[in-house]
Amino acid sequence: MEEMLIIAGFGGQGVQLIGQTLVKAGMDEGKEVSFLPSYGAEMRGGTSNCNVIIADEPICSPIVNEATCVMALNRPSLDKFESAVLKGGALLINSSLIDRKSERDDIEVFYVPANEIAQEVGNLRTANMVMLGAYIGVSGAVSVDAVMQNLKKTFGERRAHLLPVNRQAIEKGIQCVQEQRAKAEKAL
Amino acid sequence: MAKILMKGNEAIAEAAIKVGCRFFFGYPITPQNQIPEYMSKRMPQVGGCFLQAESEVSAINMVYGASGAGARVMTSSSSPGISLKQEGISYAVGAELPLVVVNMVRGGPGLGSIQPAQSDYFQATRGGGHGDYRLPVFAPASVQEAVELMAVAFDVADRYRNPVMLLGDGMLGQIMEPVEMIEERKEPLPKKPWASGVPEKEGRSIINSLYINPDECEQHNYKLERKYQEITKNEVRVETIGCEDADVLLVAYGTMARICQRAARDAKKELGLNVGLVRPITLWPYPYEQLAKCAAQASVKHVLCVEMSTGQMVDDVRLAVSDMKPVSFYGRPGGMVPTVKDILAKLSSIKEGM
Amino acid sequence: MAVVFKKTSMLTDTPFHYCPGCTHGIIHRLVAEALEELGVGNDNIIGVAPVGCAVFAYNYFNCDMMEAAHGRAPAVATGIKRVHPDKVVFTYQGDGDLASIGAAEIVHAAARGEKITTIFVNNAIYGMTGGQMAPTSLPGQVTTTSPYGRNVEHCGYPVLMCEMLSQLNGPAYIERVSVHDVAHVAAAKRAIKKALQAQVEGKGFSMIEVLSTCPTNWGLPPEEALKWLQENMIPQFPLGVYKEI
Repeated sequence: MEEMLIIAGFGGQGVQLIGQTLVKAGMDEGKEVSFLPSYGAEMRGGTSNCNVIIADEPICSPIVNEATCVMALNRPSLDKFESAVLKGGALLINSSLIDRKSERDDIEVFYVPANEIAQEVGNLRTANMVMLGAYIGVSGAVSVDAVMQNLKKTFGERRAHLLPVNRQAIEKGIQCVQEQRAKAEKAL
Repeated sequence: MAKILMKGNEAIAEAAIKVGCRFFFGYPITPQNQIPEYMSKRMPQVGGCFLQAESEVSAINMVYGASGAGARVMTSSSSPGISLKQEGISYAVGAELPLVVVNMVRGGPGLGSIQPAQSDYFQATRGGGHGDYRLPVFAPASVQEAVELMAVAFDVADRYRNPVMLLGDGMLGQIMEPVEMIEERKEPLPKKPWASGVPEKEGRSIINSLYINPDECEQHNYKLERKYQEITKNEVRVETIGCEDADVLLVAYGTMARICQRAARDAKKELGLNVGLVRPITLWPYPYEQLAKCAAQASVKHVLCVEMSTGQMVDDVRLAVSDMKPVSFYGRPGGMVPTVKDILAKLSSIKEGM
Repeated sequence: MAVVFKKTSMLTDTPFHYCPGCTHGIIHRLVAEALEELGVGNDNIIGVAPVGCAVFAYNYFNCDMMEAAHGRAPAVATGIKRVHPDKVVFTYQGDGDLASIGAAEIVHAAARGEKITTIFVNNAIYGMTGGQMAPTSLPGQVTTTSPYGRNVEHCGYPVLMCEMLSQLNGPAYIERVSVHDVAHVAAAKRAIKKALQAQVEGKGFSMIEVLSTCPTNWGLPPEEALKWLQENMIPQFPLGVYKEI
């Protein structure tokens, strides 16, 4: 396995948290991992992205120019990184905030209404976890349990009560992409 | 020890603390801010001292004072700040003071960009400030290696009483990787009987780089030079990957070497080319002999140096390879990072010409 | 035989290199005597020498000494003091070193209340390099880089360090003194002792500005130089205690 992921969105959408949670979970499950954040002049609301690699073999380059999966949380991110998805790779689009369809026909594209789903589970701020779940559903790179273990550490006792809603968001994300995949396979 | 996920900058700071560095003087500059930030949190916990100086010039001179006073001490910065520190580094060399400087290189010249670059190679390996001197320069390619080299850097600085530089870049500073943190140093730090104010000192300590009589200054320079010959003999470090019977050698250091390692692997698959990688870990002293030996193999037809610059280390590659084999260069400056694809394209054109 | 006078143990036997008539020698002795009279012992004192006429100070003060880059003595002293908070740390700096190239370092050491003592020797000229204009040269003063006299329209006014630094919260003791006659020499020593005492008591940063002569580069016989200091420098740089906590 060699998962090469680009996660991109607005600063504040939880892009870095998704990335860090994934690599921590991967590391705990014995995988080789690396996390490379974009950095720049510090600004809330600016664009934010990161490169995540989860692999069986030791990682050489930590930079992801060609991704097995791109997760686009907003429109500018889709415009910028759509072409970076490798042929046969996956593109996860937060369709709550992105109004256009992908132009690629050589990749798997999933439309995840992350904000709506987050609202459904009762906490709009779990939209990033819906996207994280969607990625797990597509790739199986890490287990939900490993992710939850790490969120538990990140949240600490003070925010431990938020764990169930985050788990629900992740599971809904997984469900969302699996339904779309099943539908696509049926269509073939 | 279990692996933990750490940002390069933070891991470097923690490693310094692990090996007994208790003094840090610095000034904020991107992309190395997590080093002073981490130090400001950790130093009070271990009974050390973090002080944010009014400038990089002041910071390096505080380091000079602390080192002269016998402490294990460091500073960190990024390219423009390292230029400002050069005065102090030169004085520390002249006064033979051990200290460690971390440079997380960004694009230059001037204010440049804040993205990763390798454009400070000449500055790092040719002295950097005024005068006839060198610094041992360590160039880690991963967070794990950075942590291990911090321990080596402090020891080499103390052993030869010379400043040492750890040369990284924005990528190494910002990346998070699993790292097995080095153990806490158990043995006491080396005694410094030459230092000011220490209990073990022998007579009056004078920390100075002024030799007003040129014949004395000449002798002092020869003394430094003998030290540099010793360092050259003892401290060269290099990694070679898949160089045996390679058709082409890639030469790269630091994070660039990791991208080249990937390109070497893909070149076998995509171009049917055996590509070896020579990765200097010490940039000074430079692994001339090791590189020459690899290049001398009959199988090797070409040597390609790849850097995040318009070509600086390539000068040393040419010195090593001489006219044995053709040497070419590929690089991107200013904070742009050559991709695996770029390097494969270059290798492909080299293959055509072979 | 009773000893009525003896050289301070804080000075080595190395002969001073200062020009005849220069008051650096007097100031060295005042500082050395004051340090000795602190009673902490030579081994508990660390000095920092500047770049300028006092560059060889490390040969004269009989304690651990460090030579700093031009203007950086307060930063070097900061590093020393943070490693050895129990030692007495002093810098000895001239006007070019302190008030020009090292302006940032002295301001921030003072602002931090760094527990060091600075002896600031102001002779209104660059001596070591051959008589160029200093940040403290007087309006109209002829130097080798102001051959028509210091024109304040062109290059501004003398820098008043005691006045400036005394506005900060970090300094514990700041005084300006002179060494142009015996009474003032005695007063200068009392000031230096007070400044060192402030450090020993952990009160904060202390600085004594000492108005000094440069007969060679002022182009005056030593006696006239003392008079020139009194008549021209003191009106520009008024003596007195600027800060005491």
